[in-house]
Amino acid sequence: MIRRLILLALLALPLASAPLVAALAISDPAEMLPDPKQEARAEAIGRQLRCLVCQNESIEDSGADLARDLRHIVRQHVAAGESNKEIIAWMVARYGDFVRLRPPFEPLTWLLWASPALALVGGGVIVAFASRQKRPAPAPLSVAEQRKLKDLLKS
Amino acid sequence: MSDAAPARGLSRRALLGIPLVAAAAAGAGFYALLRRMEAGHYDPHAVDNPLVGQAIPDFAPLPAQDPATTGFGSADLRAALHATGRPILVNFFASWCVPCRIEHPQLMAMAGAGVAIWGIAYKDQAADAAKLLGEDGDPYARLARDENGRVSIDWGLYGVPETFLIDRAGIIRGHWAGPLAPETVRDEVSPLLRAHA
Repeated sequence: MIRRLILLALLALPLASAPLVAALAISDPAEMLPDPKQEARAEAIGRQLRCLVCQNESIEDSGADLARDLRHIVRQHVAAGESNKEIIAWMVARYGDFVRLRPPFEPLTWLLWASPALALVGGGVIVAFASRQKRPAPAPLSVAEQRKLKDLLKS
Repeated sequence: MSDAAPARGLSRRALLGIPLVAAAAAGAGFYALLRRMEAGHYDPHAVDNPLVGQAIPDFAPLPAQDPATTGFGSADLRAALHATGRPILVNFFASWCVPCRIEHPQLMAMAGAGVAIWGIAYKDQAADAAKLLGEDGDPYARLARDENGRVSIDWGLYGVPETFLIDRAGIIRGHWAGPLAPETVRDEVSPLLRAHA
């Protein structure tokens, strides 16, 4: 039981540390939009866009020069009243789908999006297969074994 | 289940064999991947530029490198393509960019062979770029400066150097990110230039 709790805690660790990582996002007041609502929207968009220089960070998290330029552009578009969809489409037109940290759901990515479900089904099949074949019942004890057992129980 | 008990359902051989086969398959896959990376056929960091196959993005004339000359915009590029009927290479570079020095000899060789190369200095000081080209040679038929990098973003630029091949109709036919190696020029750029000549 305790072991299981420790395992659960370990599994939950990355989830617990997520807000910590988010708090590290670059927050230079000079970059921000004056309207907090617009700024929040710009940050939400920026977090969905890959920094092409560092590649595993969003443009909101990256310190790269290009990421700063792209953050600035996102804010210009937000201030101009464009929708999130329009702004992301603007980025995709220049940098391709790779710029989106969350890949679109399209034929090429069906397998990618389905992989958790496929893994679950695969695991289920293995478990079902493994538990279906029961071990054959042990052969009944021979006369000599029964006598030995009786002796052991008596003593 | 005690250690001595036989594995239920899946045979013991399968339990041992499946992970082994999976590990061997993964090993073979990674080996092939690394070989391709080593040979330069595969770059995991490469970004496919979506502009390939599309018209060059519109941009207002950028300032020139040298105040005595004029820079260029997309209209100038289209006019030159139309007038010469030959493809043009557009090369983004910067004097502060070390890999740009690596590809510089290849640009000089192509310019010497009569290929039209138009340069855009990305976030560069005019004096620095002028000094570099004065020392190492200037392969550019026309030169402009994208001081704040805004036009470069419209080209999907994510680093320097990057090179685009534009056909006579103003369509982007080739894109290379990173320094052009002599082999890249020989195997990719030159054949594409010939195909669109």
